[in-house]
Amino acid sequence: MMKKRIEAGEKLTGRTWHADTVQLFLYNAAIWNPHRIHYDLPYTQEAEGHPQLLIDGPLQGDWLTQMVYEWLGGNGTLTAFAYSNRRAAYVGDVLSTTGEVTGVDGDIVTLDLRIINQRGEATTVGSATVVIEPSR
Amino acid sequence: MTVLTEELKNHVGAELPPFEFEISRGDLKKYAVATGQRLERYLSGDEAPLLYLFAAMMPVVPLDRLLPDGRQPDSGLMPPLPLNRIMAGGSEYQIHRKVYAGDTLVCRQKFVEVFEKTGAEGPLLFLVFENRFETRDGEPVVTERLTRIAR
Repeated sequence: MMKKRIEAGEKLTGRTWHADTVQLFLYNAAIWNPHRIHYDLPYTQEAEGHPQLLIDGPLQGDWLTQMVYEWLGGNGTLTAFAYSNRRAAYVGDVLSTTGEVTGVDGDIVTLDLRIINQRGEATTVGSATVVIEPSR
Repeated sequence: MTVLTEELKNHVGAELPPFEFEISRGDLKKYAVATGQRLERYLSGDEAPLLYLFAAMMPVVPLDRLLPDGRQPDSGLMPPLPLNRIMAGGSEYQIHRKVYAGDTLVCRQKFVEVFEKTGAEGPLLFLVFENRFETRDGEPVVTERLTRIAR
């Protein structure tokens, strides 16, 4: 939840994700994604050379937006968002969202966002622009 | 040696016919659970999280048209490429207004840019697509610039 005054450097409250095969199955069913690398482990290992099933890139993008939505707490609007997947994330990884305010210009706030795995590597990086409601 | 051919450059500007899709509360509720949302406006299916729009882009094609790796065939917007390993390069969204259950959106897809960079293991082609989500009246809702990288 947001404080009364927002300043550059403020950290967003992150969340740690342990996506398992159930969440992966439900997500790919919900978005109608039949790519085997998200549910067919023998194919993923033998044909694509990955050690485990892959966590979808857009799912990680969604996790970043969730952090922003929860930080805003209904007191602002997301007006721009960008994300880029930098390395593979697998079932079994521990993925933590982090965020920080990078700029404040009146009611416009910019944010730096990322997802870090258990080795401290960024799997996904992103940014967002939000407009804070005057009533907050 | 460049892999950015005239044929590829000439493909810039190609568009697909627009398609419509409905935002259904039931689909939003499933998406909210699957992604681990905690806010009531998403869990109730009232409002669509931004990345739900990715689901809208997934084509629904018969089982016998799926590729051996399970994926749907690429849309006609992807030009023939001299490099065959395709990676997601990320997305940038401009959000003009929120999306709610019951909305009908129109999506217009266009191939807008191609450029080349040299990576550690050889040339990389960056292909940029624009997905414009609008209301039936043409009001902009979300504009996405999606990058795919071929290597």
